[in-house]
Amino acid sequence: MWIVHLAWKNIWRNKSRTAIAVAAVSFATMISMLAASLKEGIFNNLIKDIVSSYTGHVQLHMKGYQDEQVIENGFVPEKLLREKIIGMPGIATITGRLESFALISSGETTKGCLVIGIEDQERHGFTAMADKLIKGAYPSIRDNGLILSEGLAIKLKKNILDTVIIIGQGYHGSSAAGKFIVKGIVVLGSPKLNDKLVVMPLEQCQLLFAADSIVTSWAILLKDDTDPNAAAKNIAGIAGKEYEVLTWGDIMPDIKQHIEADSGNMQYVQLILYFLVGFGIFSTLLIMMAERKIENGMLLALGMAKARLELLLLFESMFTVMMGAVIGLLISLPAVLYLKFNPIRISGSTADAYKRFGFEPLFPASGDPGIFLKQGLTVFVLGLILGCYPIWVIRKMNALKAMKK
Amino acid sequence: MENTVIDAHNISKTYDPTGIPVPAIRNVHLHIAKGEFVALVGPSGSGKTTLLNMIGGLDHPDSGNIIVNGTDITALRSADLVKFRLHNIGFVFQAFNLIPVLTASENAEFIMLLQKEKKAKRAERINGLFKQVGLLDKKNTRPAQLSGGQQQRVAVVRALASKPQFVLADEPTANLDSAAAFNLLDIMAALNREENMTFIFSTHDQRVIERAKRVITLVDGQIVSDSTKLPL
Repeated sequence: MWIVHLAWKNIWRNKSRTAIAVAAVSFATMISMLAASLKEGIFNNLIKDIVSSYTGHVQLHMKGYQDEQVIENGFVPEKLLREKIIGMPGIATITGRLESFALISSGETTKGCLVIGIEDQERHGFTAMADKLIKGAYPSIRDNGLILSEGLAIKLKKNILDTVIIIGQGYHGSSAAGKFIVKGIVVLGSPKLNDKLVVMPLEQCQLLFAADSIVTSWAILLKDDTDPNAAAKNIAGIAGKEYEVLTWGDIMPDIKQHIEADSGNMQYVQLILYFLVGFGIFSTLLIMMAERKIENGMLLALGMAKARLELLLLFESMFTVMMGAVIGLLISLPAVLYLKFNPIRISGSTADAYKRFGFEPLFPASGDPGIFLKQGLTVFVLGLILGCYPIWVIRKMNALKAMKK
Repeated sequence: MENTVIDAHNISKTYDPTGIPVPAIRNVHLHIAKGEFVALVGPSGSGKTTLLNMIGGLDHPDSGNIIVNGTDITALRSADLVKFRLHNIGFVFQAFNLIPVLTASENAEFIMLLQKEKKAKRAERINGLFKQVGLLDKKNTRPAQLSGGQQQRVAVVRALASKPQFVLADEPTANLDSAAAFNLLDIMAALNREENMTFIFSTHDQRVIERAKRVITLVDGQIVSDSTKLPL
């Protein structure tokens, strides 16, 4: 205990040096904390935008659908299973969809398209298709209407109340053909989807493809802070072996990789930050060891075991680093919470680009306690690693040589 | 001999800092008994400090051995030597070397803490010694607020706190003015007399030499004279 007491006293023998070291650690912790929580917040927001615009966090399919996306690999929804899933903790919404590729034609123009039938609840909830309309209105089952994505409407040169024909293959080899009125046009976040998507009410889609009651997927939205991988595992456990349960990352690996790559780049920035802090702490330790060389030699001469002296110096390094980390945490906490509840709203061309891709032009911070813990631990470990320098100096110290001026 | 504290046999030490061997100590035999008050004297480079360091287990002789209180310290491993120093040898350095963040009593107590002595025992011993050196009123003062002489007295208390077999003092009065030096010597002489504590100094200081009961003179690493003063 006296070692702890002495270490605490020792760090205050040169107040300005300790203050500089603590300030360096605090500043780095604060910047690193802000960067990490902004990174997490921005990516979470992007993921939220992606999953809520189409895929959901998790999807349930008939086994094999992901590899061969045809109506034959669809399933008739079991009410009991749906109730079981919706009753699981962390599940926000579940919605059935029927998806199939077809040709859409108007006049002399024919394009490939992805037709999806969505439940009426998605009109304002989940994908909120009705809220993404830039023209027209959401069709009802009686309208014999559909919604075109903006890119597809441009390619087909179609507008509201124009007529289009869809031709494709229905369930079990039947022909699927229908004439529909364009009731609305939507803009979607994904450029790929924006160029080929046709949306209609589920029942209408089932009629078109002669797939009575069949859906190809259940898209599942999770509550905040629910881990998609864990949720997928739990749902798979309930659903049984005839189904496959995939996360949004499994369904859209390219987007997941993109986010991971961006996240990796941010980690490089943090790494540089840690290097700067490391050098700051290291220079303090260098000066400290040079200043106290004679004193340390004297302590060894008097009979203090090297291990004890090393422990003393390690405590001093750790106290400095911990003080810096705690102050940095305390300073960054209000800033992080402010940015969580008042996200940075970007403007100008960047905001337009975000909006065009269906993303909110917001940079929110994440208040996940895990970030605080991780950053705190990282700085602590950094301190521990740097604290090895005084240990190394003492280990090879010769008391007599150290005491010579 | 029963009251022998230090017995050095034929010790030699050569330094080789620039590739040219420089003998520091040559075939020295030394015997110091309990309660002696010894001054090691000689010109600069005569080997006083080297001999003192070897007796204190801070340096190893190239040949020969040193028996301290029955233990051959030249045969001890490094860690055992540290432990041996802690329990058997008190050091007083020329530059005082007190820890600036600790009070005078905390500095003095430090060795006893390393020895894992109980708080009450530490307090009793430290108070007694501070009283003997006349610094009882300064025991809660930091070294920076003490004069050089007072700091050196604290260093003496620190050296004695662990109840060592002997105290080694390297030029203890070198940084002190005359009054402080005489005061320190009076205190050490009294401790030698009253506690039968063995003191060994390396010194150039005539004031120390005059007070010493035994004066060993070194020249070129060899003992050229060893005289014991008869009590008046």
